[in-house]
Amino acid sequence: MTQPLLQIRNLSVALPKGADRPFAVHDVSLEVNPTEILCIVGESGSGKSVLTAALMGAAPKGLRVASGEVAMGGRDLLTLGERQWRDIRGKDIGMIFQEPMASLNPALTVAQQIEEVFELHSDFSRAERAARARKLVEEMHLPEPDRILRSYPHQLSGGQCQRVVIAMALAMSPKLLIADEPTTALDVTTQAQVLKLIRELRDNHGHGIIFITHDLGVVADIADRIAVMRRGEVVEVGSAKQVLTAPQHDYTRALIAAVPSLVPRDRAAADAGAEPEPALTVSALNHSYGAKQVLHDITLSVAPGRVLSIVGESGSGKSTVARNLIRLTDPTSGTIAVGGHAILDLKGGALRRVRRRIQMIFQDPFGSLNPRRKVGPMIARAAMLSGAGRQEAVERAKELLELVGLQRNAYDRRPAAFSGGQRQRIGIARALAMRPDVLIADESVSALDVSVQAQVLDLLADLQKRLSLAVVFITHDLRVAAQISDEIVVMSKGHVVERGPASEVLTRPQHPYTRDLIEAAPGRGAF
Amino acid sequence: MKLIVPYLTKPLVLTGGALAFGWLLVAVLAPLIAPYDPLQTLQPLAKPMAHGAKGEFFLLGTDMLGRDIFSRLVWGARTVVIYATLATLTAYAFGLLFGLIAGYAGGRTDAVLSFLANVVLSFPVLVLYIVIIVVIGASPVNIVIAVTFSSAPAIFRIVRGITIDVASRDFVKAAITQGESTLRILFVDILPNTTGPLAVDFCLRLGYTAITIGTLGFLGLGLPPPTPDWGGMVNEGRAMAIAFPHLVIFPCIAISSLTLGLSLLADGLREVNDAKERQA
Repeated sequence: MTQPLLQIRNLSVALPKGADRPFAVHDVSLEVNPTEILCIVGESGSGKSVLTAALMGAAPKGLRVASGEVAMGGRDLLTLGERQWRDIRGKDIGMIFQEPMASLNPALTVAQQIEEVFELHSDFSRAERAARARKLVEEMHLPEPDRILRSYPHQLSGGQCQRVVIAMALAMSPKLLIADEPTTALDVTTQAQVLKLIRELRDNHGHGIIFITHDLGVVADIADRIAVMRRGEVVEVGSAKQVLTAPQHDYTRALIAAVPSLVPRDRAAADAGAEPEPALTVSALNHSYGAKQVLHDITLSVAPGRVLSIVGESGSGKSTVARNLIRLTDPTSGTIAVGGHAILDLKGGALRRVRRRIQMIFQDPFGSLNPRRKVGPMIARAAMLSGAGRQEAVERAKELLELVGLQRNAYDRRPAAFSGGQRQRIGIARALAMRPDVLIADESVSALDVSVQAQVLDLLADLQKRLSLAVVFITHDLRVAAQISDEIVVMSKGHVVERGPASEVLTRPQHPYTRDLIEAAPGRGAF
Repeated sequence: MKLIVPYLTKPLVLTGGALAFGWLLVAVLAPLIAPYDPLQTLQPLAKPMAHGAKGEFFLLGTDMLGRDIFSRLVWGARTVVIYATLATLTAYAFGLLFGLIAGYAGGRTDAVLSFLANVVLSFPVLVLYIVIIVVIGASPVNIVIAVTFSSAPAIFRIVRGITIDVASRDFVKAAITQGESTLRILFVDILPNTTGPLAVDFCLRLGYTAITIGTLGFLGLGLPPPTPDWGGMVNEGRAMAIAFPHLVIFPCIAISSLTLGLSLLADGLREVNDAKERQA
């Protein structure tokens, strides 16, 4: 057996007094070998980010390492001073962060930033630094390396930026690479490319890599070994195959069960014959921001009791469709009709009356609820705006809270008292309080942990069927769309490139872009 | 209660609050605290701790017209507390209203309002005060008008900035899609989310206004004599300050202790707000 590259023994990181638990990371022992990708998986609050920060000698303010050691090359990293750390970072340990844009200096060109790493850690000549920077950029499979080197970060795409960050992390060929959610901010197709690159680094350069992620799909694609973290503790460690196919711990099993798969769920087919009047019809929708046209002739319709998913990557125009539907912005041309009535020409009171029929569930569970207002009155207010009397509205709010699976005592509490998943339920209750005909869900489960995501999806599917709602479900994640949709519309660069029943689109994609998306879905075939 | 407790554990809040609240108490209880009528002539230029001919006791001495300085300070507290608060509140009423409108409406409305605010802000504050008072005359109401006119634009800018930020959040979009009226969105959804930074600014600004009223009094543009007014007292004592420093020192201490208290209070509030934000 080879000598492990990094060995963590009984590491504990203490939280300040008054936190919900004494340790952010408790008694963690792990090791990373050369030519190995160790995935640390966990949901939010599992302590995985604190663990990484501690490994980099940068425990967040207020936290302190309580016990344990981190051995690398015969040294205990935890005993090092800031000066010694500066020498190690970049040289022995490379680090890749979640937000590629935020990890690059917007005022320097790519070449300057990569060369800076050499300036700090080596005494290469200027020409040598430039040559090495170029070589690194080439190795990252970046197109037109010369143009990239001359570019500033804002001139590059997110995936290109992340590859530049990886190039910088690799500049001094560190033995160990720590990647904290490096693909979370990227589109799926870009994510697939970056994952491929990281696998190459392991195979061609023998790096040991610690890869932190919340996405089991990504784990299935990339991990050699897996450590599952929960509430600061490692609950299970093992080879990728072992953990994914024969999980020992209940939590791991639950986590794996919650991963959405690409296999479409069986949904009752619409009654053949009598096609119901669509609740929402959109036809020939065009939208431009200035000279830039972002939507081209979008046409779609949803019947009551059906779910239509709009799937697309960032920049596909899917969110602009949502904003047009709830009339936050108006399209350049086209029509939108709810229950057969065109809504785009409405103004003032008439518009306000029709708004209740088409409601939205937002993406960010922390931004979509007013932190200053109590949850119950917030929902009751929505009910009153839809025409209910005060007494009736309060009753309806209480019923809805129960319907979305919250306690009745939630009524008098403020949003801060609830978790992300619970807040999303409150958002759903608020939307339903208006008794809408059409519900728009814009990335409504993307910000949630997988286990919570599955619950909220189930809730949505259940309510939608019971209340016979027409749902437009907007998502970047084909796997999530597979779980809830009757029909799928795939958008790319403002065009609808493919549409059809969910099972058709997922199993027999016609358009090359849809095929790419399916191909790139992380963990395809593993779940 | 839960909302107040974190504030009460901060030494800054406690010290600042004690100073500011102390002056407020003095202002409210002025008739009970002041030993003499602030306008009554007793005995000219008595030193502090001196006794008068009729057995009076002058804690802080008397001024050249023979009025008891301690009594004048106590009644002066009432003047400054009333007018500083009133002026700051009026400035806030205008700043809030226009700030919310500009931040929420954006576009041309914002451009016009911001331009007007910048025009006012481009004048040195002191010059602005003097010009306004000279033009409309010195009176309590005119002091309020002058302060409102010169500080409302600064408040406007703060409120406008916060409003733009808050208005971009999803809960405001949710309110729009529910068909909520614009007025309710402004005052129920957005306004309560601006209070943290505004509370800090309010305390600071209250202090500045107290100084302003003092400055105007010193320049002879404040409340017309013989109203007990801290700034006016410094001005009146200025000529004889070398021989009788007590004429000037005590009103100065009064002004600075009140402003210091409000500044400390503002700092403390900011600390607690920041900590809350970090938790969230």
